[in-house]
Amino acid sequence: MLELRNISVTLGNFSLKSINISVDKGDYFILLGVSGAGKSMVLETIAGLLQPDKGFIFLDGKDITYEKIQRRSVGLVFQDHAIFPHMSVKENIAYSLYGRIESPSEKKNKIQKIAEQIGISILLNRKPSTLSGGELQRVALARTLIQEPKVLLLDEPLASMDIQLRSELRGLLRRLNRNGQTIVHVTHDYEEALSLGGKIAVIHNGKILQTGTPMDVFQQPRSEFVAHFTGAKNFFRVTTSKDAGHTIAIVNDKISIYLPAEAYENNGYIILRAEDIILSRQRIDSSAVNNFEGTVKDIIPSRTGVEVLIDIGILIHAIITRESMNHLEIAEGNLIWISFKATAIRFIQA
Amino acid sequence: MFLATSPVSLFETAKESEVQQSIWLTMWTSMLATIVFAFMAIPLSYLMARKTFPLKKLITGIIDLPVVIPHSAAGIAILGFVSRNSVLGKIGSSIGLDFVGKPAGIAVAMAFVSIPYLINAARDGFSGVSVRLENAALSLGASPSRVFFTVSLPLAWRNIVSGLILMFARGMSEFGAIIVVAYHPMVTPVLIYERFGSFGLKYARPVSVLFILISLAVFILLRFLAREKDSSESSQNR
Repeated sequence: MLELRNISVTLGNFSLKSINISVDKGDYFILLGVSGAGKSMVLETIAGLLQPDKGFIFLDGKDITYEKIQRRSVGLVFQDHAIFPHMSVKENIAYSLYGRIESPSEKKNKIQKIAEQIGISILLNRKPSTLSGGELQRVALARTLIQEPKVLLLDEPLASMDIQLRSELRGLLRRLNRNGQTIVHVTHDYEEALSLGGKIAVIHNGKILQTGTPMDVFQQPRSEFVAHFTGAKNFFRVTTSKDAGHTIAIVNDKISIYLPAEAYENNGYIILRAEDIILSRQRIDSSAVNNFEGTVKDIIPSRTGVEVLIDIGILIHAIITRESMNHLEIAEGNLIWISFKATAIRFIQA
Repeated sequence: MFLATSPVSLFETAKESEVQQSIWLTMWTSMLATIVFAFMAIPLSYLMARKTFPLKKLITGIIDLPVVIPHSAAGIAILGFVSRNSVLGKIGSSIGLDFVGKPAGIAVAMAFVSIPYLINAARDGFSGVSVRLENAALSLGASPSRVFFTVSLPLAWRNIVSGLILMFARGMSEFGAIIVVAYHPMVTPVLIYERFGSFGLKYARPVSVLFILISLAVFILLRFLAREKDSSESSQNR
């Protein structure tokens, strides 16, 4: 549906280099990268606010590389919302309807419908200066969605919001996507990427380093930067269930891992830091509820000590010091116990 | 000056038709100059705020030139391009519009010396409008002209109004350039000079006081109206 082919853009001293992205209809595509990686530049190039030095942008097979901004059929929601401060919420939302819808009643119905969908019906007569950050973000979304863009471009839509608002907006974005809206979403937050993305591209220094499903990118990082940035070597997709008051995550239908006690949705991801895993020769009696015996598969020197790869039915990465490795006499093929606390696990709802 | 002018002499001066016509001429020509030249000055200010082009610094310098050159010299320069032998003068004459010794010439002289105030204020106003807002409007399907009229202009309006008031005020007070282009009909600053030169301080003083009082009243009213608009907008924002 949306395809960027070898797009290069220069802006001052920074440049995007040969960006290739392919987004299918109905995709939730995440562009993940640190600040200054070039994520927003990609969005602005798709929207037509920046002109590429070379390459092509196709939307539904049509070359829109040099198409006027107004005719691109993409909707961009800016990170700072860019709500027109001198107009009411209703006037902001109606802005793109000028010249497209003549009948006042049709216009009114359309505004009302989108306001209800986004949950801002009661804000329609307010001025932007009276709205909170979350409300402004919703208004920006409504204003863009009313154009019925083929692709919705979101620039850090959840940045600088509190947890409650973030969770609400994530739900809203998921709903929009489930209703068929194709979304390209830029973020620096890997939890956000996991929570929302069907496909993730990691961008750094103006280059796309890896593209794939969340599992591809997080479990098989193809470069040191991606591995470091995603920072999650023990990363698994899980289904959850309740057992005698405990919440259990089941990995690959075979390994059960105790999670912290909060109620979770059925599906999600778990992340476990390699530094939080304790290795021992025998099972230890401690507060750690997750204990497994496995075989040492590999030992890899790392900056902070050694990384030990243990097969417990799934591969677990643990980082320990060289002294601990010598003390425990860890060697490839040995049996070893691993343990970690339920509270060491980070659960991310999918 | 105010203490030396008796209310009686002020009242008598106010009744003089020459004085009344002169004050009225000064006000409407300045207003006309402000309104007509605003149509050129405001888009130019927008270009100066948003675009980079060759010789931009030179153009900025030329815009500010009327503020620094002697206004009698400005009058001579204006005379050069509005006299009956100039291209503009010939075009004007062909449609019955003469400049030299006419209100149209007075308006051009007023505009020439006062337009920097409007251009600079409007340029600052447009510079203060976030480019992101304009980009957002473009991405919402607006044409560049619609973006200008619905986003840039309303958001820079406060500065523009301030610039318009300053331009109008500066136009009303102009003397040096006008006296070269149009001694007659007499605008009030020329009338004051005429009375001072012909009859002395005693006769020039009441006209001066009257003109100052009227100018003061007009600007207080304009500022008040501009503030009223701002406060009604901000109360809507609340």
